[in-house]
Parts: sequence; structure tokens; C-alpha cells
Amino acid sequence: MTTIESAADVAHRYDPVIGLETHVELGTASKMFCGCPTTFGAEPNTQVCPVCLGLPGSLPVANATAIESTIKIGLALHCDIASWCRFARKNYFYPDMPKDFQISQYDEPLCTDGHLDVVVDGRTFRVEIERVHLEEDTGKSLHVGGATGRIHGADHSLVDYNRAGIPLVEIVTRPVLGTGALAPEVGKAYVTELREVLRGLGVSDVRMEQGSLRCDVNLSLSPAGSGVLGTRSETKNVNSLRSVERAIRFEMGRQAELLDAGGRVVQETRHFHEDTGVTTPGRSKEEATDYRYFPEPDLVPLAPDAAWVERLRAGLPELPAARRARLAASLEASEFELGSMANAGVLELVAETVAAGAPAAEARNWWLGYLAQQANAAGVEPAELAITPAQVARVVALVADGTLSTGLARQAVDGVLETGSSVDEVVAARGLVRVSDVDALGAAVDAAIAAQPDVAEKVRGGKVAAAGALVGAVMKATRGQADAKVVRELVLSRLGAPG
Amino acid sequence: MSTELTTMTGAELGAAIAAGQTSAVEVTQAHLDRIAEVDGRVHAYLHVDTEGALAAARAVDSGDGPRGPLAGVPLALKDVIVTRGVPTTVGSRILEGWLPPYDATVTAKLKAAGIVILGKTNMDEFAMGSSTENSAYGPTRNPWDLDRVPGGSSGGSSAAVAAYTAPLSIGTDTGGSIRQPAAVTGLVGHKPTYGGVSRYGLVAFSSSLDQAGPFARTVLDTALLHEVMGGHDPRDSTSIDAPVPPVVAAARQGATGDLTGLRVGVVKEIAGGPGYEPGVEAATRDALARLEKLGATVHEVSCPSFTYALPAYYLIAPSECSSNLARFDAVRYGLRTGDDGVASLEEVMSLTRQAGFGAEVKRRIILGTYALSSGYYDAYYGSAQKVRTLIGRDFAAAFAHADVLVSPSTPTVAFRIGERADDPLAMYAADLCTLPASLAGIPAISVPSGLSEGLPVGLQVMAPALADDRCYRVAAALEADHGHPLTQEAPSL
Repeated sequence: MTTIESAADVAHRYDPVIGLETHVELGTASKMFCGCPTTFGAEPNTQVCPVCLGLPGSLPVANATAIESTIKIGLALHCDIASWCRFARKNYFYPDMPKDFQISQYDEPLCTDGHLDVVVDGRTFRVEIERVHLEEDTGKSLHVGGATGRIHGADHSLVDYNRAGIPLVEIVTRPVLGTGALAPEVGKAYVTELREVLRGLGVSDVRMEQGSLRCDVNLSLSPAGSGVLGTRSETKNVNSLRSVERAIRFEMGRQAELLDAGGRVVQETRHFHEDTGVTTPGRSKEEATDYRYFPEPDLVPLAPDAAWVERLRAGLPELPAARRARLAASLEASEFELGSMANAGVLELVAETVAAGAPAAEARNWWLGYLAQQANAAGVEPAELAITPAQVARVVALVADGTLSTGLARQAVDGVLETGSSVDEVVAARGLVRVSDVDALGAAVDAAIAAQPDVAEKVRGGKVAAAGALVGAVMKATRGQADAKVVRELVLSRLGAPG
Repeated sequence: MSTELTTMTGAELGAAIAAGQTSAVEVTQAHLDRIAEVDGRVHAYLHVDTEGALAAARAVDSGDGPRGPLAGVPLALKDVIVTRGVPTTVGSRILEGWLPPYDATVTAKLKAAGIVILGKTNMDEFAMGSSTENSAYGPTRNPWDLDRVPGGSSGGSSAAVAAYTAPLSIGTDTGGSIRQPAAVTGLVGHKPTYGGVSRYGLVAFSSSLDQAGPFARTVLDTALLHEVMGGHDPRDSTSIDAPVPPVVAAARQGATGDLTGLRVGVVKEIAGGPGYEPGVEAATRDALARLEKLGATVHEVSCPSFTYALPAYYLIAPSECSSNLARFDAVRYGLRTGDDGVASLEEVMSLTRQAGFGAEVKRRIILGTYALSSGYYDAYYGSAQKVRTLIGRDFAAAFAHADVLVSPSTPTVAFRIGERADDPLAMYAADLCTLPASLAGIPAISVPSGLSEGLPVGLQVMAPALADDRCYRVAAALEADHGHPLTQEAPSL
């Protein structure tokens, strides 16, 4: 286990500068340059055709939906949209790239000069976006045998071209300065916020675990206050939000240790290891390929019509930051609470529950508490539970008017989750009605006293705390429907103890 | 009957088949027989698809098959255009034995029109060359003189038609690979407007220049085939979404021999001079005189940037080819060399490319890789693109005063096999006249203009983009004035 210095300590001596390159697989039905489907997890090499296999003679045709999605992303990130730009070929040999060049964009990206604001510890950091461009994904190699799982040392390699040609958007930030000790959190917050933006746009399913959102993290340190940029490392395929934070933290510690000892940081690609939280060197930039970029002659230039761009701008959904600001008011929640709800994936659900008439605090408690637990236990997202915000609001209302106790309310929710029926149906079917009628409960209380004479004796003798056992027995006998407070009063009065 | 069938034009054959005077199978068999008889000497074909051809012919004869003016007419297809299940080698060892799983759009259009594909024709490897000597499968010989080249890179397609083994053929033209072979074999050959014919399924050499086009012994046949091949293809982004220019109507109109009012510009920079054979210059002068006789006015125009066409072309085409030919890496199809279970992936890729590509292909890959390299891009590829823009402007200025521009198609008649094989620059000079139209993406036709010491000479007629019909009209007028296809004057094999 490698121990590294904390980000806070490193930030005393060095100013960290982070940069993030995020790759997003778009959720289009077909690939970027051909009509093949993009479904995840299909049998290897079943979603391929002459175009995405790069067969001799085949030609690409650009997917208009992918271009539209990229423009939407650019607009959501406040970018300028190019009125004319081109695809370019990035040339290098690799077996999972069918043409041995990737169709990408080089000096003429579709979107440039945007920004995304993120809030960490109550401070707002503006992350500037340098470019958003569109390219095609590569296939996937599986290197069999060998110790590293990488191509060198492998016995043989298998290639699956199903992913080859899936539209991929690359979002590149400018160097982010001034984050100090918060660099790891800012990095994570940026990717989190970006994911929310992309999800809100509906352009990608943004699943980091399936690789539809992938992140490379650049980090350099400059001596505190010097303003001189240091040499950066580029950590590849940091594939969870937590890993973004850990990778930045690790690189800060590693580079600080190196610089403290009078060494220098090598500009290189590094690999992040999820299991240990450590980065290790990959390909050194000094031996990097010359990609020989040139404009893709098989595709005509992209010239998004200004009116089209404006229509897309007008049709953008409310962005997460704006929505949060609006919800903050309606949900009477702090930025921190909003963050908790967003992270738990319940923000929309809480908002809809409130819209259905529940008080904000109640709605929040249900979704962050009992329902989040049930979702967690079932291994699904809260939104995937078989209960609607309207049904949760109905449960809240039944508790408020005294029909249900908290315990009964949970039973009602369980019933909805199990059967998919409405709250009222479950309540009726299971007879979930709180019983507070003294006459109705009297017999049960008498039975409980008769069944536990020793306990009754203790209570009579002044040990009021012992009454709990009798109350419990009544609750059990009435399947939780009794009003526990009324039962307790009845027990104490029958045994002549002070209430 | 059999000999007669192989000397008829495509239009005549199509009409005879439609009228029931002969059958597609008879016509096809006559050409297969002719191939068997003479192609051993010419070597125009790399693969003869006897069964496929006869099956296609039978489908036409059945009456349920495709109909049209060329239904049942045989054709020879350059081996750079993919054919489903039929070998497509591009004249290279690296694709030896590859069976494409799909048809090029051109192939599909031919089939839909009922045209019978006899086989695949020889070519300079990856269409790089002007003599067909760069084929990995041996050179093709010029039917006019078997010691001479048939031009290139579409030399198999030109030789097949000149040798009467097919009435029609298809070539591709990147810098002159249809026009120059047409000129030196006495044929008509047309390079359409860039984007006029789909490139889907044309194995790429230089994507921004490659264009497939027709060869035939007559202008009308060339136009009929052009009409079949042309048109918009959604699978090719660079394909033009416009109707095929009225080439057949233009060919018929030109055949009346009246060019009254036509303004012909002679491009000074590619009109003749050092490097041009006197016989070629004489035939060109004669053609110009005949154009005037037919009612056209002829004047000289200057296109100063054409001087830089050759160097610009030899940067752009190799640059694109260095990228286009990267995919031949031994991983998915074609040749694989050195895979002994020990060699690394890089070694296998490298050994395969060393063994699979010929010298000219390697020369151009190396040239293009260098020209695109970081630090050299602006000086080479960037400058060449600027020249390309200037050439386009020169054309635009010239077309302000001329309906068509003319030049010799190539500076010399067919040269001898081996004569230029060791001198790439001399070989590249064969494209001097054809390169400007390629770089500008405009249509150009080569039509026979006479003989020089018994060998054919061609006149190039260039027109503005999408005005392919003008090329056909002028070519048809010259042809009508001459009286019969020039190939009738060729020595019989």
C-alpha cells in the first residue's frame, strides 16, 4: 500500500492544475458512419458491416443525430458552434481500429470555448471548456495470456468490432487553476455535473461502468504562487466518479514527492488502478506517434445551419444547475441537501412528490431514507422502484391525517413495492388501519395482562417501564394496527399505575 | 455470327438482344470465346467470371430480368471495384484471394441494368501508374502493338475493349487513369465530374480524386454506360445529389456534326512543346482544324497554375493513399505474412506490408507519410491544396470565355513496355495533361484524334463541373467527322 501526502498538505507548497478529457458514447440507435446498431453487450462481431469493419471500398456517411447531439452538448456547455468545420483522420496502426485511422476532428472542432460551473464546499469553480468534438469509437481488444492484460506479453488477442464506429464525443477542458486542496473534489464535481448535463440532454446513458462515459485526468503541479505551469501526467480511463477524485489525489501526492526530492515529472500517459488507487506509467509521450492529421476526404464539411442551431438551443431542456436553483426554492433545501438528493438519484422524485402535495421535508425523508434503502437492497435505482411520487405523497397524506402510523405507512409502501397496486388498494387489502378505539383495544389489553401476570404485577408495583412488554404484546396481537400511545394509556390505567 | 458479335457496339448489341435477333448468352459466349482466343497475348483480364457472366446473360434472356439499352451487353470491370463473391485484387498481392462480401454501388447498378460482367481487368497496383506494368500479376499489352503498354492505371480495361474482348469497360481515373489509356488504345474514355459516380466499393487510392468512368469504342456507347453508372448515392457523402447530365442526348446531338457557336479554348500550358511528340502535336492541330470546320471557334487560353499540377498531385494523392492503404494490416483480410506464433503484431503488420505491396505503392506511401508528418504538413500537403484552389480558379476564369477546353490527352503515344519502368518521373509525365481536371474535379473525355506512326492519339475535352454532356457532344462531333471507331484501324491480333 503506497502512502501519499494529503491534497491539503500538497496544496501548501504547490498549486495543482487539473485538466479533464471526457469521452461520451452517444446513445444513437445506429453507429457514427454506418447503419449498424449500437446495443451494448451483443455477441462479439455481430453488429458490423463493410463500413465499420473498414473493408476496402467502403465509405463513411455521417450520422445526423450524432451531429445534433454534439451541438446540443456544446450549447448546454455554453460553447460557440462552428458554422463550418471538418472531420479529420487521425492515423495510427492498431488492430482494434479497422481502418488504421480514426475519423475524428482536429483543428476544426464542432464546438469551442464554453464553460461549466461546479460548486464544491459552497465555492463555485468555473471550468472552461476548450472544445467539444465528434469522433468514432474503436473496437475492443482482449489480450489473452500474459501477466498484464496488455498486448505486450499476451499469447494472442481477440478483437470485437461491435463498438467500432459508435459515435463518441470528446469534451476537453482548459487547465483548471485555483482549486488548491479542493482539486480532487473539483475534478469529481465536474464529471458529476457533466454527467447530469448529458443525462438531462438525453444524448447518452452516461454509464461509467459500461464505458459510455470515460475520463482521462491531466494533472500538473506548479510551485505555490509561481504561476509557472508544471509538466503534466495524463491518467487514462479513470472510470468512476470516485476514481476521478482518487486519481487526482494520488497524482498530487506522487508528483509532490518527486518534485520535493528535486526530480522532474515526465510527460507521460499513466494508468489508474481501481483496486489500489495507484497510477502507473504507460506510454511515454516522447515515443508518441505522429498522428498525421489531415481533413477526411471521404466526408463533406459540416456546416450547421444557424437557424437549426437556434432551434436546438430553444429546445434544450432546463439545465441541472438552473433546475437545482429552482428546486432549492420549492424544496426549501440547502445546496448540500440538493447535492445529497442529486447524488442519490432522487432529486426529481422528491420534486414530483412535493408537486403531488407532500411537504418537502416528508418527501425528502421518504426518498433519502426508507425508499433509498429499499432500492439499495433491491439493487436498483430509486427511480426504478415500483412506487410513484404520487403514491409516496398519498402515504404522507395518510400519515398526516392519522390513518396510518409510521410503521403502517412502511407496510403500505412495502405492499406497493411488492404488488404494484395503489396505496389505497394495499391499505384496504391488508387492513392497514390504525386502531385507536378504546373499546376495540380493551379486550386485547386484558388478554395481554392475563397472559403476563408477573409483568402486570411489576407495573402495579410502580415499575412503569415494564409496561413496554405488554404494549408490545398488544401491538403484535393487532398486527401493528393499534395506536401504541392509546394502548400504553390503557395498560397503565387498567393496572392503576401513573400515566 | 460470333466474330460479328464481338465487333458490334454496345448500343447495337443491346438493340439486337432486345429485338430477339440474338441472345445475351450468345453475345456473352462470343466474347468469352474471344477472351480465350486472344487474352493470353494481351493479358487484360485478371479473372474471367465465365459462370457468373453466363448466369447474368441467361437472366436477361429469360425475359424476367432487367431491361434497358445495354441489357445483355458484356462489360469488363477494373479490378479496383468490388464484386460480391468475385475476386477483387486491385492488382496487388496484398488482396490476393479476397472475396468481397458486398457489391460496389457501380457493380450493383451494372447488374440492375442487365449488363453482363465478363470479369475483372488488370491494373497498376492500387491504380498507381500509367502503364499497367505495376500490376503484381504482370503487365497488360497494347492490342495495337503487343510490345507497348495499354496505358494505365486502367490498362486492362482499355486493352480489353481495344482487343474486342468486351464492347464496354469501366476504369477509374485519379490523375488520368481513364483518359490516358483511352488515348493510347484508340478508345473513348470519360472521367466524370467528381461526385458524379459513386465511389462506394471503389477501393480507394486517393479519395478526393478517384472517380470511376466508362470506356468504349464509340462516344454513344461511352455515354450509355455513363448513364447507367452515374447518379447520386447516399452511401457516398461526396456524391452529388443531382441528375446525371444528359450525356446520351449530347452524344446523339454531337453526332450530327454541328458545333456552330461552340467556343473552344486551347490551354497554352498543356498544348504541346518539349516532351510532346510531334505526331501528337500534329494530331491535335488536325483535331482543332476539324472542330473549326464543324462550326466551333478556337482560341488560346492561359492557365498559369497548371505548371504546378504535377507536383501538387504527387503530394495530395500519395498523402491520401498513405492513409487509405493503412488498413491492409494483416488483421482482418488479405495477405498475412510472418505469423509464426512468435512474431509480434507490429512485425506481422510490417512483414505483410513489405511482402504485399509493390515498389511504386511503397514509394507513394512513404512520400505521403512524409508529406503529412508534423512539421511538414503546411509546406507539402497544405501548399498542394493551395495549388489545387488556384487551378480551380484558372479553370473558372478560362470557362468564362470557353464552353470547353482542349489539350492532347497525353504527350506521347503508347510507350514500350519497360521503357519507363525504372524512371518514375518519366512515368509521371504521362499524366501532365490530365492532372489539372482531376485536381479541379471537372469532367474530361479522351476521344481519338488520329494516328501517329500507326499508333492512336487522343484529344482531351474538358468542361465545367456537371457539364459532362459538353464533353460528349464535342467528342461525338469529332467521331462523326472521322467516320468509324479508330480501333477498326488497329492491326488484328
